[in-house]
Order: sequence, then structure tokens, then C-alpha cells
Amino acid sequence: MGNQAIALGAIRAGVGVVTGYPGTPSTEILESVAEHNPGHIYVEWSVNEKSALEVAAGAAYTGQRTMVTMKQVGLNVASDPLMSLAYIGVKGGMVVVVADDPGPISSQTEQDTRHFAAFAKLPIFDPTSPEEAYEMIGDAFEYSEKYGTPVLFRPTTRVCHGRASIETDASIAIVKPEGFIKDPKWTIFPRLSYANHLKLEARTPVLAEEFSTYRFNEVEGSGRRGIATGGVSYAYTKEALARLDADSEADCRLLKIATPHPFPEPLALEFLQSVDEVLVVEELDPVIEKELIQLCGKYHLPVQIYGKLTSHIQQAGENTVESVAKALAAYLDKPAPQVTAFDLPPLPIRPPVLCAGCPHRASFYAVKQAMKGKKAVFSGDIGCYTLGNAKPLEMVDTCLCMGAGITIAQGLQRAEPDAIHFAFVGDSTFFHTGIPGVVNAVYNETRIVVVVLDNATTAMTGFQPHPGTGSTMMGNISAKISIEAVLRAIGVKQIETIDPFDQPGAIAAASRAAAFDGVSAIIYKAPCIAVAPPGPMHVVDPDLCTNCKRCIREIGCPAIVKDGDKVRIDPALCYGCTLCVDICPFGAIHAVGGAK
Amino acid sequence: METYNIVIVGVGGQGTLLTSRILGNLALTKDYDVKLSEVHGMAQRGGSVITFVRFGDSVAEPIIEAGQADLLIAFERLEAVRYIHLLKPDGLLIMNDERIDPMPVVIGAAEYPEDKIAALDDSARVVRIAARREARELGNLRVFNTIVLGAASLIMPFAVEEWEQVISETVPAKTVDINLVAFAKGRTFRKDQ
Repeated sequence: MGNQAIALGAIRAGVGVVTGYPGTPSTEILESVAEHNPGHIYVEWSVNEKSALEVAAGAAYTGQRTMVTMKQVGLNVASDPLMSLAYIGVKGGMVVVVADDPGPISSQTEQDTRHFAAFAKLPIFDPTSPEEAYEMIGDAFEYSEKYGTPVLFRPTTRVCHGRASIETDASIAIVKPEGFIKDPKWTIFPRLSYANHLKLEARTPVLAEEFSTYRFNEVEGSGRRGIATGGVSYAYTKEALARLDADSEADCRLLKIATPHPFPEPLALEFLQSVDEVLVVEELDPVIEKELIQLCGKYHLPVQIYGKLTSHIQQAGENTVESVAKALAAYLDKPAPQVTAFDLPPLPIRPPVLCAGCPHRASFYAVKQAMKGKKAVFSGDIGCYTLGNAKPLEMVDTCLCMGAGITIAQGLQRAEPDAIHFAFVGDSTFFHTGIPGVVNAVYNETRIVVVVLDNATTAMTGFQPHPGTGSTMMGNISAKISIEAVLRAIGVKQIETIDPFDQPGAIAAASRAAAFDGVSAIIYKAPCIAVAPPGPMHVVDPDLCTNCKRCIREIGCPAIVKDGDKVRIDPALCYGCTLCVDICPFGAIHAVGGAK
Repeated sequence: METYNIVIVGVGGQGTLLTSRILGNLALTKDYDVKLSEVHGMAQRGGSVITFVRFGDSVAEPIIEAGQADLLIAFERLEAVRYIHLLKPDGLLIMNDERIDPMPVVIGAAEYPEDKIAALDDSARVVRIAARREARELGNLRVFNTIVLGAASLIMPFAVEEWEQVISETVPAKTVDINLVAFAKGRTFRKDQ
């Protein structure tokens, strides 16, 4: 997997401290470092991306090589330290790996981290494949150390989760950190910022020059028609050219950009001077395209640039070989590739759902029951529980970004004080960015109900530990941080912790919390089915079942299925959570035998 | 060799990821260039899941598009129809003959397209396997995917020992024995025609 390649490449480069926060598609990088840890590497899941970046920066101040991993929206959280660190710099090589997600396949935005590099004035590396990522991550450490700056490394989903065979090299670079040397240069002040800003601006053209001979920036082929590309779109372009029977050696000149910032200007200029037109194939934003247009302006070059800005390449979503082949066929005057394929009929969608036995379903259902007939708004957050938005639960009215549910609910409450405002937040998200929102609510005397869905793991990204679970990536057991104690310390006066599968109790708790004048909290505590053993399997007694389908209509459990006219529980999916037992008005659902 | 393209589709949780890894590791034993693409994150929660496995002398990128797949392995019937356009006209569909209603069907907002699934037999080469029933007979419902893989192995250029070796190394240690039994069961499959 590309993520493992990045991890192995970083280990080979002698990384000593690795931090991060889970987020698809970046998660497996840090996990792979932990899995292949030769023993000398410190690895942690930090509480959020800002903390992760700062921990890694501190370590890099000593000369240690460090790596931080996150997804693209994670960099929004970590952008404060990143922007300042760009001015301060580092001593040891520090690589900030930020995975972009064109599509998006599992993200809130299609933001392009290459812009962040230009914004922060930092070098960025953009691998085209898992194989290249393995090599390039080592280069990233070298450049970081050579220029004393953090560098960004941006794989996209298809590189992160693509799998390929890679020859690895078991040697590990020996890094001997000099240690932290006290110096005014580590303390940011306006005067220092001004001086360092000048240095940053002076460095950019130097790097642009140096990157022009960087081994992964290259021009291949010949001819007056140019193609410029980077990242996984390079692989798509190569395959599309093969499919069109076009030879990049003969039919076009191909510019591959591995370092979108600083843009390798001399190399790109030489390319532009040898072509009449260029099609730019890239995903997310027209970054390479705008750089080329700028160079054409700067050097008065009569080259026509086609790409996203001219609608020759799609403006959102992933590129594919098919989409690239179509664009290239039109551009190179080749016949469009003909594909014979089966017709695709319109079909019912299969959206992801909360798993059978998921405690979030019980929590949502309890609050829904308690608020029946009342005016209530349910703000959600990022995690598996965002899936509570779907029918039949329909219990997520808003979702913005990590930790926002708690504060969005406060804004809603200020504008609509006659409604009851619930904010659902997962345990990992609570620690990530939820806590300041609760402080804000208590301090500003708002009236909301904070519902912490504590399933004892970071479920969506693959069951990572967090401060509430008491285990770390170094295999230690640390003291669990109690969410209830945190809420109490903040000053939340009404707090109840209850198992959501105790439905009468869970409903009553929601009613009490809603009635409280101030900030109240409920912690619905039951483990994710992935980290807890199943209970006894349940069946529907056909003699007692009246086919009212209340169980199907109310809770949307994937294990409860229609079987002709009847209702049946799928034994392969049932987790024995018992929520349906509480829903059935006829007592027709019961357990069979012991645990399966 | 010419690149061999396999698409594996199913419902999140059915083991499409594990199956693609077994196939990928298998191709690696022959020193092929192998590319896999997986879906992680939200789609794994009971959603429609698709993974790609491509191997051959040289494979540039992992995505398989319309009309390219030599083999489509479907762990669920509706998902077979959803991705049938990826299959080459002379490609083979191996389908676990099981129905899992998606939530819009469960709550009555959509119909399960049995007619379109039945129509597959008229247009494509289809092998249906009642893998779920056979898995039940083996006493472990989860190994139905290895039964399907056993049937698929009959048309693929790898020796039984190579399959067994890779399955043993790829599945969780405690499930090696039952998976090998399931694989053998799949290999007893004989298409009627």
C-alpha cells in the first residue's frame, strides 16, 4: 500500500519521531511506522493535527528527523503552527504528510494542499505512485534538512491506498541529533518574522532552480504539443497515451511536475519554449496550469494553455484513465477510444449505514423518542455517527467539520432559543476539538445538550486509540482520561453517563438533559462492535410477529430484513445488541442460545 | 503477460478488501507487476464497496474502467449489476447468489432490481454460487467469500498450493484452517453447462 511505502521510506530515512491524527486516506502511514518500528522511533496518535505538528516540530528543533501525518482537512487544524513554523524553520528533517482526497471519497472538501504549500512558502512533494512515494519521502527529508525547513508531502487517495510491489531496502539512515541549542531564533517575534520573511522569499527561486534538476521532475518525448501533469494523473496520462496508441516519445512532449511548489521554473520554461500548446492534466485545483500561464506571461511566450480553466479537464472529482484518454484524444486529434461495455441500468443506491449492533443507533433512537413532538435540532459531527443522518433515524441535521457540532448548536440556540439544541460528538472528536466548544458554551451561558457518543475507539478511520481509551501507539497503557470528569471540570452541571441499550434509561436521561436550563451533557457509553464481543443472536418469532414492520421503519438496522412478507434477522449480521427487542411492540424478538 | 484485470465488489463488511489482498499477494508470488486499489473509510460501513486487482508484465495504474475486467467477482447480486459495465463483453462474472437489501429497499423507498439481475444471464457469462448456504454447512457464515474465491481459482493460472500458501499467509491466523476448507469447497464447484 502506498501508505506503507511512505512509512517504510521514512523509516529508511532515519525518522525518529512520528505523530499524527487519523484521517482517510492518511491513517495507515503512522500505523505502518508503528508496525515496522525497529524500536528507536517514537510514534503517537496525537489528540489533533495541531498538537501532532507541534510535537514533531519540537522534536525537529533538536535535529531529530520527524514526520507528521494527517488528511487534507487536518491541515486546516494544523495550519496555525505550520504557518509560523515556515518562518522559524527546523533543524532535523521534518516532513508533514498531508493526504488529499480527490472525489472526494471520504472527506468534507476537495481542497488542494499544493495551495497550502505556496501559501506557507514551503516546498511540497507530489508522488505519482506508491513506488515513487517510497523514494521521494527520503528526498523530502534531505531537502528539509538541507534548507532547515519543514516540507510538505502530498499523496492522494489512489497513491495512499494503491498497492504495488516495491523493492525495499532494509538499511536505516543513522541520524544523530545534535540536541536542542538555546538560541533566539526559536522564538517568533515581529522583527524576526520580517527578517525570515525576506529569507523565505529569497529561497523560493533558489529551490525553483534546484528542483529543475530534481530527479522526479522531468520532460519526456518530443514534438510541439505539450502535456503537463503531476501526481496520480501522470500515471493516468501514461496509460491513456498507450490506449490512444499515442507515443509520448513521438507525438507529444510530457512535463511531469513532482514539486508543484516552488515550481521548477527553468525546467518548465525550457518545456514551454519548445511547444505551441499544452494540455494540463491534474486533479483538484489548476495549480500547474496557473504556474504555466504565469510563466507564459512573465516570458511573453505565445503558448496556449488548456486545462481546468478552459474546461478541457473536469473541474471537480477524480480523473480516470477514461476521462484523461477522452481529453487527450480531442487534444491530440486521435480517435476517441471506443469501449464496448454492458449498459448500466438505474439502480437503488447502497449508502453506507451504521453497522448492525452499533451503539450510535440506540443513542440516536433514545434522543429521538425523548424529543418526539418537541422542536429540537440535532447537530452532528465527523465520525461514523454522521451516518445517523440517513432514514429512518434522520438524527443529524448539521455537520460541518471536526468539533463544530457543539458550537454550531450554540449559534442555532442564540438565533432560535425556543428549540432544544442537541450536539452529538464522538469520543475521539470530543478530545480532538470538542472541549473548547463546551468551555465556550459554559462560559457564555448558553443552553445546549452535549451528547457524547462514547464507543471507546476512533471507529471511522479503523479503531485507533485516543486519550479516553488508555492505550498508546507505543504499546503502553496510560491513564484513561474521563470524559465525564473533563465535563465536570469545565463546569457542566447536569451530566449523566448511561448505556444507550438501556433504552428506557437512555430516553429518560435525554428528557432530563433537555429540560435542564444551561449546558447539560449525556455520555452514551457502549463499545463499538468492532472492539467488543457480540451478544446472543436474536430471531423473530413468526408466531408472535404481526408484520407491523415497526422494527424496520424505526431503526434501520441492516440485520433486520424483509423476507417476502415476513421479517427476519440475518444471523450473519446480528450482533445481539437488543435494540430491536425494545422496539417490537409484540415481544416477537428474542435471543437464541448463547453468544455466537 | 497481458494485464489481467479483476474487479471485486460487494457490501462493506463482506471481505472485499481481504479478497483483493489475497489475489494481489498471489500475483506477487509470480513476480508480476501488481496494482491494487482499495476503498477505505466511510464506504466500508455497509456501503457499496469496490476493489481492483491488476497484474501483468507492466501495470501503470490500478483503476479498472468500463469494459476492461476479465473477471468480476461479486459477493452480492445487486452489486454485480451495479458494476457489470466494468466487465469485458467476453469476461466472466462469478456471483455469490445472495441478496442484501440496501437501506432504500429495506425502508420501502426503492425496489430490489431482481429483473435486472435475472437479465444478466442473457447478456453476460455468469456463474452463480450459493456460497452462503455452503458456508453455513461449514459452520462459519463469514467464509463464503473464500468459497467464491475457490470457484474463481478454477479459471485462474495459479496452482492449488500457491493459493493455499497465500491464503494461509493473508487471512487472520485463527481462521486459516476454516478458510482452507472453504477454499477447497469452492474448488469442487462445477458449472452445470
